[in-house]
This record gives sequence, C-alpha cells and structure tokens, in this order.
Amino acid sequence: MPERATFRLKTGLAEMLKGGVIMDVTDAEQARVAEAAGACAVMALERVPADIRRDGGVARMSNPRMIEEIKAAVTIPVMAKARIGHFAEAQVLEVLEVDYIDESEVLTPADEAHHIDKFAFDVPFVCGATNLGEALRRISEGAAMIRSKGEAGTGNIVEAVRHLRDITGGIRRLKSLDAMELAAEATELRAPLEVVRDVAERGRLPVPLFCAGGIATPADASLTMQLGAEGNFVGSGIFKSADPERTAKAVVEATTHFEDPERVLAASTDLGDPMRGDDIADLAADGELLQQRGW
Amino acid sequence: MPGEPGERLRVGVLASQGDFAAHVRMLEELGADAGEVRTPGDLSGLDALVIPGGESTTISKAIERDGLEPAIREHFQAGRPILGTCAGMIVCDRNHLGLIDAEARRNAFGRQLQSFEADLELDPAAGVGPEPIRAAFIRAPWIDSHGDGVEVLAAWEGHPVVIREGTVLACSFHPEITGDSRIHALLMAMATAARERVAEEAGR
Repeated sequence: MPERATFRLKTGLAEMLKGGVIMDVTDAEQARVAEAAGACAVMALERVPADIRRDGGVARMSNPRMIEEIKAAVTIPVMAKARIGHFAEAQVLEVLEVDYIDESEVLTPADEAHHIDKFAFDVPFVCGATNLGEALRRISEGAAMIRSKGEAGTGNIVEAVRHLRDITGGIRRLKSLDAMELAAEATELRAPLEVVRDVAERGRLPVPLFCAGGIATPADASLTMQLGAEGNFVGSGIFKSADPERTAKAVVEATTHFEDPERVLAASTDLGDPMRGDDIADLAADGELLQQRGW
Repeated sequence: MPGEPGERLRVGVLASQGDFAAHVRMLEELGADAGEVRTPGDLSGLDALVIPGGESTTISKAIERDGLEPAIREHFQAGRPILGTCAGMIVCDRNHLGLIDAEARRNAFGRQLQSFEADLELDPAAGVGPEPIRAAFIRAPWIDSHGDGVEVLAAWEGHPVVIREGTVLACSFHPEITGDSRIHALLMAMATAARERVAEEAGR
C-alpha cells in the first residue's frame, strides 16, 4: 500500500531543493520571473519583508487567490507562510495544497507560547531558527526543514551569519561530547535529548538547513553556502533590487558555484544596485527585530 | 580517461542543484570514487554520471548556462552509463537532453501532498533480485510515451517509472533517500561492463 506524508517524504522535498534558491514572490508575474531565472521554488506572500517592515500593522497569511494564481503560473514548488502558532492558517494552506508551509516570524505571531504541532499535518513545514537549540525544538515539533531567521527585509547578512554559525558550530560541538555531556547539553539547548543524540551521531541536522534573512548579492549567497547552508531563501533581495531578473539569475549561479570565486565575480559584475539595506543597530533602536519572534 | 578494469569506479553526480549529496553518500558506501560535477571539466574521466532529483527547470537552465551539454553528450557517446532520478529522468528525456527515447510528464503524480512511498516490483530483466524496492515518489514524473528500444523495468498504476535504453537508466523515484542501494549498484554494474567493453575494443 502506498504511504503518504511520511517524514521521509517531507524532508525529501527539501532535499530536492538543496543547492537552489527559493525566492519570495508577490504575484504570478514575479513567480514566472523567478522560475525563468532558475529558482527551485517560490514563496508566495503579499508583501516582501522589506515592505512588511515599512508598512507595520499585522502581517497575516496571504490572500488564497494570490497563492492560487502563483500555483497556476509555475511548475516549481510553491511555499506559503503561516503565522507562528496559527494552525488554522496552516490548515487553510494545506487545503490549498501548497507544497511547503513556512511558520514564519516575518508574519505577526498568533501565539506567544506555542508553535504549530507540525506532525499533525500532511504538508511539510520549514521553520526559522537563530541558534541550534531553537532549530532542534522546531525539529522536535515536526519541522522537516530549518532555515536561519537572519533579519528579514534588511538586505543585511550579518544576522543570518550569526545564526548559521551558531547552528553549525553547535553541531560540531555536539560531535565532541560524550553521553553524559550530551544529556547536560540537551538541557542547556532546551531540546529533547533524543534529537540532540541524533544530531551528534549524524554530525548534521536530520533535516536540510537553508539560509534566510538578509541575502542581497551573489557574494552573500556564496558566503552562506560556505558557512554550511544547503540552499538559500531570498526575500526582498530579488524584487527590491534595480534589476530583479538579473539579480535572480546571479544569486542562483552563485549558489551553485559558491566555491568558485571567479564564477561569483562573473555573476556579480554589472548587476545594477542591490536593495538598499538597513543597519541592524538602527532597527533594534526603532523597535522589535523579527528574529526575536518565536523562541 | 576512465580507469582500467579493477580500479575503483569514478562516478560523478551533477551538482548544479538537487539532492546530489545523498547520491554521493550512497555511491561511496558502494565503494565508488564519487564526486560532484558542476563544470564540463568535472565530467572528464568519469565511468558513470548521475543526474539527481531536484527541480528539472533549474537543472536544465544550469546545464545550458554552464555549457555542460556537450560534455554530457560526449560521456554518453563514449558508452559511459547515466542514471537519471526524478528530475534527472526528465532532463534525460526527448524534450531535454534527448539521451533516452521517452517522454516524461513533470509532476505527473501530483503536488507534494500526493507524494508517496511504496514497495515497487522490478522486472527480472533489471537484475536487482526479486525483493521489491522501497520507492519514494516526490512530486514525481512518469513516462508518457517511449520508443520500442526502451525497456520498462517497473511501472506504477500502469505508468512506466523505471526505464532503460542502452547505457541510460532512469527512474521516477528517489533510490538515494530510502537506503536501498540496488539501483546504484545496477548503475555501477553497467559502468563496469562499459569499462570492460572499452578495454576489449582497445585490445583488438
């Protein structure tokens, strides 16, 4: 008998996205541009994070009509975002048959204490994390893919670098611990011992690890891959740049050839201006950072 | 040049995009000298090539952008085997690289919610033994039509999902993620046979 929605099938789709770029798109036309540029998937949302940040207010799941139009426009997988803890939005997205749900800090959280029970769904979930403990908590709730949170909508890679380094460095540390130390470390990480042991044994997360939050240039994409990301999410960085089509192609090329600086140089040349970008210190002074949503 | 009989097989996995790392791990477990292929130069000296699962539009565009098609074609024409899985099956078909006389239908089994695992029986001609293979079909294609020279080694609900023509083997599912290495072992057996064939021809 065929079996559906096994954890292997959920992580399996994320495995197929490795080495690729998942791009934020707000309508069918942008989705077609992303697909033509070589995106391996698109994230359908009404406003890119830079605009959410600028507009303020409550950011919610996107209009289902817009998601339907994007699904109809491309053949690559379509992801969509639900608010942290908002399992009813996730239920709606599952009925809509999106290919992946991002339980995302970019939207306004719906629950201050609980993330969605992702094992309760057939559709797979990706979740953001700022450190290893957070990644392992999300995996223990059923996330089939982890991405750094970074600081979405800033065009500033510094936060994603911090998050990736914490996750990959934390995994290297787990590999060096003995059984008793692992138990203590699990307490420290606030993550189930079973998941901690599994990661220590594998030397990597049991699910794919991508980068998100702040990628604006081909060199950013190469940097995150060299730091251990297995693929990249690019939000505002594409459609807030001077030439989205070329920027999209260039980021795709740099993600594949991340280890070859000559190719990254070629991809970076004559691109036009990237998105403007923000200093994190200025944002922190102004109010909440998106990455502080969720726990 | 590919190695002499007896040396470790060199198998390249196209790493433009997709789950190439899982293929490399499985091939290494089988004793191959496996590596990632991103440039035409990476194809030289390979005994076999794997075109992995991923997004077929992304992989096709990368093949074109990176000038990989002539090198893949040269590998093919030298009689060196190729395995295409899922997106890789699509990339090998008539409408893409044309390495196998068949037409794949993208996402034929549906979107992610329709992805499934099943025990799949292979035709004895495949030579992988009677035990069914645990097959993971993820947004998987099937074969809509194929030429007379194409062997159908397995079908699911009447649709061909494992096919072979000469030195090209293609499957709709992902043998690299379910831990059953028999499809990869079959590719390696085809690569060994190709090596012996070349050595024989050289000796003539």
